[in-house]
Amino acid sequence: MEVPILKQGLYLIASIQSALTDADLSALREALIERVGKYRARGVIVDVTALDVMDSFAVRTLRDIAHMARLRGAETVIVGIQPEVAFAMVQLGLTLKGVSTALDLEEGLAFLDRQGRERLDRKQGRGTRG
Amino acid sequence: MADELLVPITSDVDVVSARQKGRELAAEAGFSSGDQTVIAAAISEIARNILMYAKRGEITLRTVMNGDMDGLIVVARDQGPGIPDVTRALQDGYSTSGGLGLGLPGARRLMDDFDVVSSPGKGTTVTMKKWRRRHA
Repeated sequence: MEVPILKQGLYLIASIQSALTDADLSALREALIERVGKYRARGVIVDVTALDVMDSFAVRTLRDIAHMARLRGAETVIVGIQPEVAFAMVQLGLTLKGVSTALDLEEGLAFLDRQGRERLDRKQGRGTRG
Repeated sequence: MADELLVPITSDVDVVSARQKGRELAAEAGFSSGDQTVIAAAISEIARNILMYAKRGEITLRTVMNGDMDGLIVVARDQGPGIPDVTRALQDGYSTSGGLGLGLPGARRLMDDFDVVSSPGKGTTVTMKKWRRRHA
């Protein structure tokens, strides 16, 4: 099951629609990392609202996506982790440390916009306030 | 109830199918959606362990009644290389596959009962159970 990846402005949005096999997850990682370069994306959103389980492989792949995208100049945010999924993840010891998360797509976009503004401020030598 | 489901595990597609069937059975047995997710995550971890270490195996799922408790029992069997040191394999962060080392200890935390029987060269059987109190 291929995950559709939409391009919206400077961002890529991967919206997972159904349960994914390990191979699907690896394919998503490859596709996203390739497209970060192709579209010169500054941000990546992976929407996992439709995932009813996240096991260690899924979490490791999402973490890899975030770290690889950062090395390619794009910030990643994972959105839509469901309450039960979060509970099971914590029990499993899966924390997504070092990876940004947001409640939903709207919050994810707001997060990337903020990051982009801060990046611009730094570039122009302005402080981020205060 | 003689509800027993057998799911052969030979590819990553079967891992998804095993956890989906586990979730369905848990729902039928009256487990909360939180518990269904926990059970599905535990099944996913041990099914992947089968693939990683033994290449193939099977998972059986069944429900049981015990007094005023309903239980879901998951048994994962393989004829793989076995686990040389079960105690170590149950420790967080211990992995011989380059994985996160969370499979077995993680699944154990998710379930109520957890038992591993393994003999080197012969295979591994993981039995795990989740219980819920039946409301009259």
